[in-house]
Amino acid sequence: MNAAVVAVRPPPLKQRVPLPDRIAHAGLLAVVLLLVVGLLAPLAVILSKAFDAPEGAAATGIGAFAAYLASPSLLQSLWHSVWVSLAVTAIVVPLAFAFAYALTRSCMPFKGLLRTVMLLPLLAPSLLSAISIIYWFGNQGLAKEFWTGLGFSGIYGAPGIVLAECFATFPHVLMILVTALALADARLYEAAQALGTGTLRKFLTITLPGARYGLISAALVCFTLVITDFGIPKVVGGNFNVLATDVFKLVIGQQDFQRGAVVALLLLLPAVVTFGIDWLVQRRQTATLTARAVALVPRPSRGFDAAMTLYCLCIVGLVLAMFGMAVFASFAKLWPYNLTPSFNHYVSGLVDAELGDAMLNSLKLAACTAVFGTVVVFVGAYLLEKTRGFDALRPVVRLLAMLPMAVPGLVLGLGYIFFFNAPANPLNGLYQTLPLLVLCTVVHFYTTGHLTVVTALKSIDAEFEAVSASLKVPFYKTFWRVTLPICLPVLLDVSRYFFINAMTTISAVVFLYSPDTKLASVAILNLDEAGDTGPAAAMAVLIAGTSGVVTLLYLAAGRLVERRTQAWRAPAR
Amino acid sequence: MTYLQLQGIHKSFGAFTALDNIDLSIERGEFVCFLGPSGCGKTTLLRIVAGLETQTSGRIVQAGRDISVLPPAQRDYGIMFQSYALFPNLTVAQNVGYGLVNRREGKTQITTRVDELLALVGLPGSGGKYPAQMSGGQQQRIALARALATSPGLLLLDEPLSALDATVRVHLRNEIRALQRQLGVTTIMVTHDQEEALSVADRIVVMNHGVIEQVGTPMQVYREPASHFVANFVGKVNRLKAVAEGGHWFRCGDKRLQCAAGGDSDFRPGREVSLYLRPEDRVVGQLHDDDPMRCAGTVRHIEFLGGNCLAEVDVDGMPGQPLQLQYSLNQMDEFGVHEGAAVQFSLRADRLRVFPAAAA
Repeated sequence: MNAAVVAVRPPPLKQRVPLPDRIAHAGLLAVVLLLVVGLLAPLAVILSKAFDAPEGAAATGIGAFAAYLASPSLLQSLWHSVWVSLAVTAIVVPLAFAFAYALTRSCMPFKGLLRTVMLLPLLAPSLLSAISIIYWFGNQGLAKEFWTGLGFSGIYGAPGIVLAECFATFPHVLMILVTALALADARLYEAAQALGTGTLRKFLTITLPGARYGLISAALVCFTLVITDFGIPKVVGGNFNVLATDVFKLVIGQQDFQRGAVVALLLLLPAVVTFGIDWLVQRRQTATLTARAVALVPRPSRGFDAAMTLYCLCIVGLVLAMFGMAVFASFAKLWPYNLTPSFNHYVSGLVDAELGDAMLNSLKLAACTAVFGTVVVFVGAYLLEKTRGFDALRPVVRLLAMLPMAVPGLVLGLGYIFFFNAPANPLNGLYQTLPLLVLCTVVHFYTTGHLTVVTALKSIDAEFEAVSASLKVPFYKTFWRVTLPICLPVLLDVSRYFFINAMTTISAVVFLYSPDTKLASVAILNLDEAGDTGPAAAMAVLIAGTSGVVTLLYLAAGRLVERRTQAWRAPAR
Repeated sequence: MTYLQLQGIHKSFGAFTALDNIDLSIERGEFVCFLGPSGCGKTTLLRIVAGLETQTSGRIVQAGRDISVLPPAQRDYGIMFQSYALFPNLTVAQNVGYGLVNRREGKTQITTRVDELLALVGLPGSGGKYPAQMSGGQQQRIALARALATSPGLLLLDEPLSALDATVRVHLRNEIRALQRQLGVTTIMVTHDQEEALSVADRIVVMNHGVIEQVGTPMQVYREPASHFVANFVGKVNRLKAVAEGGHWFRCGDKRLQCAAGGDSDFRPGREVSLYLRPEDRVVGQLHDDDPMRCAGTVRHIEFLGGNCLAEVDVDGMPGQPLQLQYSLNQMDEFGVHEGAAVQFSLRADRLRVFPAAAA
């Protein structure tokens, strides 16, 4: 017999799985299930919808897909989307780079303050900038003449979109570039100095190459943010069609789900490409800076510092003008004839229009997202990084946790309609309810929270669980007594991130609300559409104010937690 | 009496074989060191004993119980890592008592036991501090106290001293050794530091490329290395190319050297071999003219090591094969050893180790 000759290799030994590990595996499965239901299934349904054969037509699914793609109106929107996104990227990245350079490499005063002001727009929905520029340059705008004097026929259309998107994307791009430029090895500059290298050459040979991954990443993020953004083109786009507004019109206006799915796929494409490139770039980035690097400390240089301060003040001035205009306009009695301050828009525009409920819904959504999102993200990341077994499943969970970053909110929301609104789906009852909005928002912002927690967990000694096992202490006790208390400050950050984003998000939830679960951020859009720009501005300011107050509360809570539970961090010997 | 028995332990990661057919028995109360260069599999073997990794095949028996596939929590050991792995947000007392709390013992019992352990490791009264308030050596003692708290039958130490300063390291390893003797707990320590292994172990397991090269007492491993690898890895050694002439005689250059009879030093004439000799295995005073191992040479270079020096000597009749010889500082003066000096010495035939050259 031949089989007898072949050496029989017994299967590798497997350890018995004790009860605590089984609990961990069940938890991990639960996280997978959540991401499958909340992410993978809706995306899969979009894919299948896009390739569905249209009803009553003879064409096959793929034929219909190709036909939609080739339609002139779609091609025009595609072209619009691409060039607007490219234009914004080309404007914002250099400007933000200079600002980030000033923050990290100069000795300019008030860095913290300037940085904080630049991040202010993150507290409000992105379309706040669109509303503001309408007040500045719109038909009744304060500086309309200035705008037309520049040669533009009006603010509505491409110029308005580009301008508003510049404000909206600036803080995102700035954060990435600050991170990229903050990581610098002083020894390289000292070596260059010792070799007598000039300033420009140092910049070109050390600074730029060092920040190139950050630049690539920033450009990709900027492009994706603009091409998938839907609020700004909706408010200030006029008749200028882009892909994101097309999806909305097709799905909500014309109920043409198939074409909507095709366009959504087009939107998914740049995001996925960006995600892929970014992932590759990130992997290389880690190798460039070694643990031995010496942090670069900028040296004072009067002329350079003054120039940088001046530049940053200009940018900050523009941002404050944008942000301030919305605040100012929301308090103006009757734009543009009577600018005396009043609470008209807040009282008659919001409260009397029964939009208080929308604000309440938003707060509920934000609070639930902040709590559940943080719990799910933290437990998921912990089980993924710190427990044993289920080795085949772990890469899958890792991928699922990274995927939401590549999915634009608009696409996610559309997927939710298709998936949860299907009568055959047993989860159909969730459609248009708060729990579904929470699920959608948690999934939408999952990746950033996940990455933050994973970084924090990786900085904790990897052997805690092994030590606990040797002491016969089950992992969940160590989780409760050690890991959780250590991670509490990070959890607060993640929770705040969820809260703010749930307050300000529009793109995914715009498809999912019912009259009962209407949200404040969506209300801005509806008010603006109805011509109530004043109340729309008021609502945006209200959201920004709430986000600001909540941020302050989180900071205070952080201080408290620090004092109560982090005493061990820097104790006196 | 055998306490821990490893039988045919094999571990592979994909195509890479980390451990190949490891057989080892450890006596109750023994202090065993796994010694080898990084990547030799010593830490993997320790983690398999701890149940933190699972062997691909093979059997582990501890105190008569087959623990091959038991999860860590169902095995009986205490472990201490290089990183200490102390819980930073718990006090020293909470850290030491971490495993005791879970046994639902009374509060006073736990407090008593913790105090006792802290006294045992020489840190009485420091229970209220946080780990960050302690020095590296102190943290390591706390980790040791925590590992010993539940009175495990087996103590596993994973490179426990390599993160410490040299002087603390020597001090602490002697303390660990004394404590181990006092408690009689069977102990396995992983280390890449041969001096550490030689000074504390009852037996050393020398490992390389996933196999055991030699198991023996420190003296055996140093004096009678079982292989090229062990001779090279443990201590300093001279290697001389030579050809066997039969009857324990070897030709090295123009010189004929004779090994002590016995052992496995009898090689077929004409066989190429390597002779291994430690720098201290030479006689410098009272030389006999008829000694076949007698040599003369010129000092080429001297390496100063503190109390001792290593002299690199070109030996007459052995061109291209300089020997490193150890002299104490006093001997340097006594015999006039300096660079360029002519020296006389004789090699100790009883210390010469012979291995076939092919495997070198």
